[in-house]
Amino acid sequence: MADDNNTDERDDEKISPWQQIIDNPFLLLFIGVAMPTVFYTLWGVMEVATIPIAPY
Amino acid sequence: MTSFMPPAQKNWWNVPVGRQEIVWIAIALVWCLIMFFMMPYWHMYGGQNISNEGYRVTPVKYQAKVNEMIGKYKVREVGAMKTPVVAPPDGGDVYLMARLWQWYPMLELKKDVTYRLHLTSIDWNHGFSLQPVNINLQVVPGYEFVLSVTPNKAGEYTIVCNEYCGIGHHTMLGKIWVKE
Amino acid sequence: MALFRQCPDTGLFFHKEAENLMKANAVAGVVCLLIAGTLALLVVLTRWPAVHLLPADTFYMVLTAHGICALIFWVILFEIAILYFAGSTLLRSRLATPRWACAGFVLMVVGAIMTLAAVFGGNSSVMMTSYVPMRADPSFYLGLILFAVGALIGCFVYLGTLVVAKNEKTYEGSVPLVTFGATVAAIIAVFTIASGAEILIPTYLWSIGYISHIDPAMYRVIWWALGHSSQQINVAAHVAVWYLIAGVVFGARPMSEKVSRAAYLLYIFFLQLASAHHLMTDPGISSEWKIFNTSYAMYLAVLASMIHGLTVPGAIEVAQRKKGLTNGAFEWLRKAPWGNPVFSGMFISLVGFGFLGGISGVVMGTEQISIIIHNTIYVPGHFHATVVIGTTMAWMALTFLLIPVLFRRKMILPQFAKLQPYIFGLGMSMVAVFHMAAGTLGVARRHWDMGFAGNPLGFEYPATAYLLMGIAGIGGVIAVTGGALFVIITVGSLIFGEKLQPEAGLLQSFGVPLADSAYSDEKPARLPMAPAEAVEADHGEAGFEAPGTFILAMVLLVSFVIYYFINWKYLSEVWGLA
Repeated sequence: MADDNNTDERDDEKISPWQQIIDNPFLLLFIGVAMPTVFYTLWGVMEVATIPIAPY
Repeated sequence: MTSFMPPAQKNWWNVPVGRQEIVWIAIALVWCLIMFFMMPYWHMYGGQNISNEGYRVTPVKYQAKVNEMIGKYKVREVGAMKTPVVAPPDGGDVYLMARLWQWYPMLELKKDVTYRLHLTSIDWNHGFSLQPVNINLQVVPGYEFVLSVTPNKAGEYTIVCNEYCGIGHHTMLGKIWVKE
Repeated sequence: MALFRQCPDTGLFFHKEAENLMKANAVAGVVCLLIAGTLALLVVLTRWPAVHLLPADTFYMVLTAHGICALIFWVILFEIAILYFAGSTLLRSRLATPRWACAGFVLMVVGAIMTLAAVFGGNSSVMMTSYVPMRADPSFYLGLILFAVGALIGCFVYLGTLVVAKNEKTYEGSVPLVTFGATVAAIIAVFTIASGAEILIPTYLWSIGYISHIDPAMYRVIWWALGHSSQQINVAAHVAVWYLIAGVVFGARPMSEKVSRAAYLLYIFFLQLASAHHLMTDPGISSEWKIFNTSYAMYLAVLASMIHGLTVPGAIEVAQRKKGLTNGAFEWLRKAPWGNPVFSGMFISLVGFGFLGGISGVVMGTEQISIIIHNTIYVPGHFHATVVIGTTMAWMALTFLLIPVLFRRKMILPQFAKLQPYIFGLGMSMVAVFHMAAGTLGVARRHWDMGFAGNPLGFEYPATAYLLMGIAGIGGVIAVTGGALFVIITVGSLIFGEKLQPEAGLLQSFGVPLADSAYSDEKPARLPMAPAEAVEADHGEAGFEAPGTFILAMVLLVSFVIYYFINWKYLSEVWGLA
C-alpha cells in the first residue's frame, strides 16, 4: 500500500537519540523519579540530618 | 487536528524549528539565568538573606536560655500576664520562643544595632511574621534558627503567627519595640 | 474481547471499560469540586472581614476540608479520567487491566470519604499540610494513603495502556503530543504519590502510637515533595488540555513537536524540584540546596512553561491565520470563538495561569523574596491563580467539550454556559489579585481573625488590608457563583440534556454503559500519523509565524521583569537580615 511505502521511507531516517528518550515512557519515568529523589529529597534529608546540636 | 494525532513525521525531532520559537527560547533563557544569578548576587551584595545557621535543640534547654536572658536583661513587664520585656545588650544574643499561643518574651531593641536572633518553637510549627515590615520566617519545633537582624526604623512592631497552630492561632501575638 | 464505540460527532473511539472509568472518575471529581466549592463559600465569607461568618473552630475545620477536597481529590480524580482518555481514547487502544483501574477508583473514593469523615468529625482540623507534631485522627492519614494508592494504580494502568497500544500497534509513529503531556503528568504523579507514601505511612503509624516521634523538619521536606508536586501534575496535565483544545477547536497543530516535547522533557527533569518553594525560610537548610531546588536548577522548568506559553496560543494563531484572519497582529484573537466556553475557558486558563499564577509563583519562590511573602495570604492568592484559574478552568473547558462526546447528551442552558468561564474567571482573578495584594501588607493565611479581637496586645493591619480582603470576598462570591453554574450545567446536562443517541438513558450518565448495540468488538483502524503539512505561503511577518502571540509573550515578559524587580525593591527596604 502507498501508505506503508511512505512509512518505510520515513523509517530509513535515523531517529535522533533525543527523540528515542522522549518516546520511551519508562526511561522518562526513571528520570522523572530519580531527579527529584536525588536533588530534592535525598539532598534535603541530608541537609536536615546534618544540622548540628545546639552548642549549649 | 494534530495535537491529538501522532506527529506528521516519524522523525519529528529533525524537523527544523521556526525562527520565532528560537528567538523566544533565547530571550526566556536569558531571563531565567538572570533570575537564577540574582539569588547568589543578593547573598553577596544584598542586605536581606536567610541565614544557614541552625541547630537541633530541646525545649528544656531552650527555655533555660530564654529564662537566663530574661533574668539578666528584663526591663519591665507588660499586661495582665506580666509578660517580661527584655532589652538585650547591643549585638547580643536574643532568645525568642514560640508556644501555644504566645511569642515569649517581648523585646526592646535599638535601631541600626545588629542582634543575633534565636528562634524556635517548643510545641508545634509557628510562623514568625513581623508587622508592619512583613518579615516572615518558619519556626519549626526542635530546630533553632539563628539570624542576624538589624532593625532599620524605630517604632512598635507586632509578631503575628502565620503558621496555623490550632484553635488559638489567631490570638497569637508578640511585640518588639525598636528605639532610636 | 475489547468493545469499542466510535463517537459519530468526533470520530473518537471509546473502549467500553475505559469510557466507564473516565465517567466514574470525572463524576466523582465533580462531586469533590461541588463539596470544595461549597466549603469555599464558607471560607470566603469568613475571611471577608465585614461578614466573618463562621466561628473559629468550624472555620479551621472547613478550611482543612476545602484544601484537601480541591487540591487533592478534585484535581487528581479528574486527572485519572484525563489519563484514561489520553491513553485509551486518543491512542485507540483498549485500557490495560480495567479491573485494577476499578480497584484504584474504589480506593480513591473510599480514601476520600474516610479523610473527609475524619475532618468533619472535628478532631482533624490540621490543614492540608498536617504538619507534625499537630495530630489528626488516624483515619485522616489512612484515607489519604488509600487515595494515594488508588491514584498510583491509575497511573500504572495508564503506563500499561501505553505498552498495550505500542504492542498492538494501535497508532503509527510517536504518541500524540496530548498523550505525551499526559505521560509527563503521570510520571510526576508517581513521584508525588511515592513521596506521599514515604511521609504519610510513618505519620499514620505515629498517630496510632506505633512510632514515637516524627521529625518536624524532615516531615516538611518530604511532605512538600507530595504537596507541591501534586500541583505540578496539574501543570503538566492542563498544558496538555490546552494543546488538546487548541487542536479540537481550531484544528491547530503544534508549532513544533520538537519544541513542545522538549519543553515537557524539561518538566520531567526539573519541575518537581520546586517543592523547595515552601522551605525557603526554614531553619538550618543551606542556601545551596534552596537556590538549586527553588530555581528548578536555573529555572529550566520556568523556561519550559514560557515555551508552552508561546506555543499554545501560537498554534492557535497559525491555524487562524491559515483561515484568512491575517489583518493586523490580533485579528486571529479578536475573531476567536469567544462565545464557546471550551475556547474561552481554555484561554482564560492560559492567560490567568501565565500572568497571575506563573509570575507570582516564580517571584515568591525566589529564595530571598520568600521572606516578604512566606505564609501570608499572598500564597493562597498565588495558587488560586495556578490551580483554580489554570487547572480547574482547563478541566471545566474540557468537561464542556466532552459531555456530548462521552455522555451523548446535549448541554443544557447554552446561554449560561457561554457566560460561565467569564464569571468564574473574573471572580477567581479577583480572589487571586486581592489576596496577593493583602499578602504584601502582611495579612496571614489560614487565619480566622485579622482583627485579633480579644488580644490585649492589640494589632491593626492597615485599613487598606481590610478593604482588599473585602474585595477578595466579593470576588470569592462571584467565583463560587461561576462554579455553581458549572455544576448546574454539567450535572443538569447529564440528567436533562437532550439525548444524542437513542440508547443513552439517565443511568448512562453515571457510568452505566450504553446499550451494547452501541459497541462493536471490531478493533478500531490504526491511528494514522497527522497529514503532512502542505507547503503554504507564510502568513506571519518577518519569518515569525505568529507575530501576535510574540507580542503577547513580550508583554508577559516585561510584566514579569518589572514585577520581579519591584519585589526586590520591597525586600531591600526591610530590616537587615543575615
